Amino acid sequence: MEGNVVLKMRNIHKIFPGVHALQGVDFTLRKGEIHALMGENGAGKSTLIKVLTGVYGKEDGDIFLDGTEGAVTIHSPQDAQKMGISTVYQEITLCPNLTVAENMFIGRTEGAVQNWKKMNADTDRILQSLDIPAKAAQQLGTCSLAVQQMIAIARAVDMECKVLILDEPTSSLDEQEVEKLFKLMRDLRAKGVGIIFVTHFLEQVYAVCDRITVMRDGKLVGEYEIEKLPRVQLVSKMLGKEVDDLSDIKSETKAYQAEKDAAPVFEAEGLVSNAGIKPFDFHINKGEVNGFTGLLGSGRSECVRAIFGADRVTGGKVKMKGKDVKIAKPLDAMKNGIAYLPEDRKVDGIVGDLSVRDNIILAQQVLKGFFKPFSKAEANKVADEYIKLLNIKTASKDTPIKSLSGGNQQKVILARWLFTHPEYLILDEPTRGIDVGTKVDIQKLVLKLASEGMSVTFISSELDEMLRTCSRLIVMRDRKAVGELTGDDLNQGTVMNTIAGGDK
Amino acid sequence: MANSETAKTSNAGFIKNLIRNQCFIPLAALLLLALFNLIADPSFFRITFGYNSAGNPVLSGFIIDIINNGSELAILAIGMTLVTAASGGQDISVGAAIAIAGSVILRVLCGGNARPETLQAPIIVAFLVACVVAMLFGAFNGVLVAYFKIQPMIATLILYTAGRSIAAWINNNELPVISDPRFAYFGGFIPGIPIPTPCFIAVACMIVIAIVLKVTNLRLYTQAVGINQSSSKLNGLNPEMIKVMAFVILGLCVAVAGLIKVSRVSSINYSVIAKDIEMDAILAVALGGNALSGGKFSMAASIIGAFVIQCLTTTLYKFGVSSTALPAYKAVVVILLVIVSAPTVREWFSTLTKKMKLSKEVA
Amino acid sequence: MKKKLAVLLTGAMVMATLAGCGGASEEAAAPAAEAPAAEEEAPAAEAPAAEEEAPAAEAPAAEEEAPAAEEEAPAADAASGDLITVGIINNDPSESGYRTANDADLKAAFTEENGYSASFAYGNPAVGNANEDQVKAAQQFIQDGVDYLLLSAADTAGWDTVLQDAQDAGVQVILFDRTIDADESLYAASIVSDMDKEGQTAVDWLASQNLDTYNIIHLQGQMGSAAQQGRTKALDDKVAAEANWNMVEQQTASWNAENAQQIVQSVISSGKEFNVIYAENDDMAKGAVAALDAANISHGVGKDVIVMGFDCNKWALEELLAGNWNYDGQCNPFQSSYIDDVIKTLESGGTPAEKVIIMDEKGFDATTITQEDVDNYGI
Repeated sequence: MEGNVVLKMRNIHKIFPGVHALQGVDFTLRKGEIHALMGENGAGKSTLIKVLTGVYGKEDGDIFLDGTEGAVTIHSPQDAQKMGISTVYQEITLCPNLTVAENMFIGRTEGAVQNWKKMNADTDRILQSLDIPAKAAQQLGTCSLAVQQMIAIARAVDMECKVLILDEPTSSLDEQEVEKLFKLMRDLRAKGVGIIFVTHFLEQVYAVCDRITVMRDGKLVGEYEIEKLPRVQLVSKMLGKEVDDLSDIKSETKAYQAEKDAAPVFEAEGLVSNAGIKPFDFHINKGEVNGFTGLLGSGRSECVRAIFGADRVTGGKVKMKGKDVKIAKPLDAMKNGIAYLPEDRKVDGIVGDLSVRDNIILAQQVLKGFFKPFSKAEANKVADEYIKLLNIKTASKDTPIKSLSGGNQQKVILARWLFTHPEYLILDEPTRGIDVGTKVDIQKLVLKLASEGMSVTFISSELDEMLRTCSRLIVMRDRKAVGELTGDDLNQGTVMNTIAGGDK
Repeated sequence: MANSETAKTSNAGFIKNLIRNQCFIPLAALLLLALFNLIADPSFFRITFGYNSAGNPVLSGFIIDIINNGSELAILAIGMTLVTAASGGQDISVGAAIAIAGSVILRVLCGGNARPETLQAPIIVAFLVACVVAMLFGAFNGVLVAYFKIQPMIATLILYTAGRSIAAWINNNELPVISDPRFAYFGGFIPGIPIPTPCFIAVACMIVIAIVLKVTNLRLYTQAVGINQSSSKLNGLNPEMIKVMAFVILGLCVAVAGLIKVSRVSSINYSVIAKDIEMDAILAVALGGNALSGGKFSMAASIIGAFVIQCLTTTLYKFGVSSTALPAYKAVVVILLVIVSAPTVREWFSTLTKKMKLSKEVA
Repeated sequence: MKKKLAVLLTGAMVMATLAGCGGASEEAAAPAAEAPAAEEEAPAAEAPAAEEEAPAAEAPAAEEEAPAAEEEAPAADAASGDLITVGIINNDPSESGYRTANDADLKAAFTEENGYSASFAYGNPAVGNANEDQVKAAQQFIQDGVDYLLLSAADTAGWDTVLQDAQDAGVQVILFDRTIDADESLYAASIVSDMDKEGQTAVDWLASQNLDTYNIIHLQGQMGSAAQQGRTKALDDKVAAEANWNMVEQQTASWNAENAQQIVQSVISSGKEFNVIYAENDDMAKGAVAALDAANISHGVGKDVIVMGFDCNKWALEELLAGNWNYDGQCNPFQSSYIDDVIKTLESGGTPAEKVIIMDEKGFDATTITQEDVDNYGI
């Protein structure tokens, strides 16, 4: 293998039933570099990592490793580890009730006998060499999250790894902890380890990486040296939009414009929740459609969850139509006429085993109260009405929602919230993972609702959709609201520039 | 020609619906047991009318025995179904809780004297106190499960182990005996009515729960929480409260069952009263085809399940099978149920039926 | 996790205590003599629950609670000096009426007025591993340096080491109520009921009724227990030996009144003839009688069915007195006087005449029982 390359993946294909997840992806990792793997949801990052670590097999393509003749086949994660590929995941996969040393050596001893003394001494030596503030005999659970993360890395490194994969290792760490982790990563780089760094945080990429590989829709977009890729370029490559020639194109369908002097329906001041976002101000007028934009993990969902009381609100003031209100839990928000279609349909949206009918009436039923159930006839009437209105394709209203397609499930959830007749509707990624036809239907519906006087906050990973529907965008970066765009600023160029931030 | 065709398909549809109905399995089990008894000894179904020693008319026979002795189990199955649906786990402390409820009833009735000449308090007062106590213990279990997020079986293990000691200690380890014949009505017969009172109490409980399910959202809420807690929360429900409520309702069922139990013998034996009844109650829920991991439930199926278990018990008694061997037979039933409801077996079954259909069409 | 557990334990205890308050407030009418007993029982009821949880996490709350109950005695000893300290290991009083009476008898006998300083520990099979808890308690007592260890073991096996320790530490062991599988040299005396004899007495009494035929429903206790084995054996032998003794139904009701009721109901429903109910304890006899009453089958003195029970509960003897039952066999729970004798002998330097002391046990006949018997022997 030429030069200082430790890992080369060529023309990797992976096909899941119905999805061509990796379409001829190349990836190259050199000795002593930190290499960021970037891409939005569904780009194929995690699939690529899983192919590399032997979790998935591949349909086509070759993997070459430094020191091995020809292409290698990796059958299992154990295999990958033996070949010097180690992975540290977002969630710590060690055992908190064992000691640091035990965690370092668990599953690695060959014989039945364990030399505890030697094990502890070895551990202390490794910890010291990597400057990790922990003791071998300490229980892992007593260390901070960052230190645990670092120990997981130390364990991986100690297994003589040439390739270290860090999959979102920073998402649960605070700033100082991240800094410590970066120091460790730089130390390892100096020792010649090749590191693949997967993260959503742009700042972190530019703080620590040497090279970036960008993926989109299962394809390789390109490999770039960090100095040669300004942030805005990176964002545009991730989103698949060119910055230059788009800057002056306004979205063809003009977003519905609210009356200028309309009173705010909802206002928030310094709102903050326990989900790790910085306090933000926000308001929405009657009949307005606005949106939160930003990369995945930028905190846009957390903002709307805070508005709805879905996360624990820890500070800030909110007003409904000028009156102070307290929203501590979803029911409070619902009583104030707010509806929220959550981002993760499967986990937070559908009640899988219940029928389409029960799923539609659920929220309004909760509002109505425990002792006032809808009669079967009423419920059926409502269900029929919304199935027809939203054109939901289901065998019957008694069909369990889980057996519907994604798009139709989403429509049922939408029906559920429309039935509560909200004044303010929050839609978090209503178009994710559903067919194109339904996507258009939903966007049209949003505009129609707004024209009828409903306020809507719309979040989508697809910038096009946002520009088409929203008249105002709040831009999020690294869990902070960094800008608000209206009018002529609502074009891809400005949005991407704001998302990317910085001067590069 | 066309007519007979449609008749056939609607017929097939009816059978399919019947099989898909949750009550099908427990009903089939009940029929199977009945059939077995019919063949082995038709006298199983004989019901005789007579008079008891107090000169009151009574009905007797195996069928009456089953309905009578299965009452407590059916009542408990109601609460256990709700707990299972909402929390995805089971309460294993109901036997111990019955001991507590029974002990409370006797304590109030006796007023501290183990063998009172007269009742020290009206029976209804004693029963209400027991209800409150049992519901408090239910709330205790519920809080552990809902707010402290402890596995229901583990959470209720506490009361399971401590309950009988608490029950004994409520009565100072005395064994009170109630001599007032009125107290025995609840577990025996009301003069002039030949049907055992527990049957009426069980039916009353069933009617109450049916009405509650009709006029409240209990079913929708517990199911929603049991299926998807996170989603329920975002729909304005309070999953924790709903779980606690399920345990409190079970507590109420426990108090009713406790009343019947202590009334049957007008006394109590702390270490053996309602022993192992929790397992039977859980089994009833499972027999009713309800997922023990929570979610959708059928109350009727659970109740029928309870009577299947009692039918099995009575049948085994009738054939002189040692009662120590009973758990082994129940275990066999459980194993069969688990196997029948396992996804792999269901898949195999559905492919088999498809194949059969296919070969039929070819023929 | 630890925190959660501690909170949980505290919660459990608070619940128990609350329940206790409720009970205590209504207690006012009860005789004053009962009050101390009630107080002593409170920790006992809590302790097993606490001990159950403790090994997992060694919750400090539990540790503080349990020894506190046990340590009272040695402290008292140090103060008064000449009291004989005894550590009494029994089974949980809630186990049965027999055990309740047994426990009450011991508590009444080993008091400071009688020259003793006693501490109690219980094993409760409903709660956990009774034998293990008992062994732990025994070790604690030996460590505390009691003079005598009184033991009613939950299981017959597993006691050799502890008893050896006791001997090495100079602690005299006296077994009561239940024997164990250990060398005789390890204990000073054993005071027991002879279950075989109890059964024999009952069967002899039944034979003396001179019925033409004996069609018997035999309700057995928990299979494998000493009481069940002894009481079953005599009847089994007799049925096997006599042509006119028939076993209509032999079934275990596990000491449980309700099971007994169901079994007898089942026999009645199947139309089998019977004229004797031989129940191995009073509870089961009571359950059987409930089934007879429901079917209007007369029972008792001079009636269709003879009802026999064991254990001499007071309420059972009252049934005898009223003529509703025919016979009740005693299983004497009053061992304290025997134990007292043994200790007095040992203290004066002697040795008990017999290592195994079998207590006197009566069988009561409904035709001859008196109110005095009920008062004296009812438990």
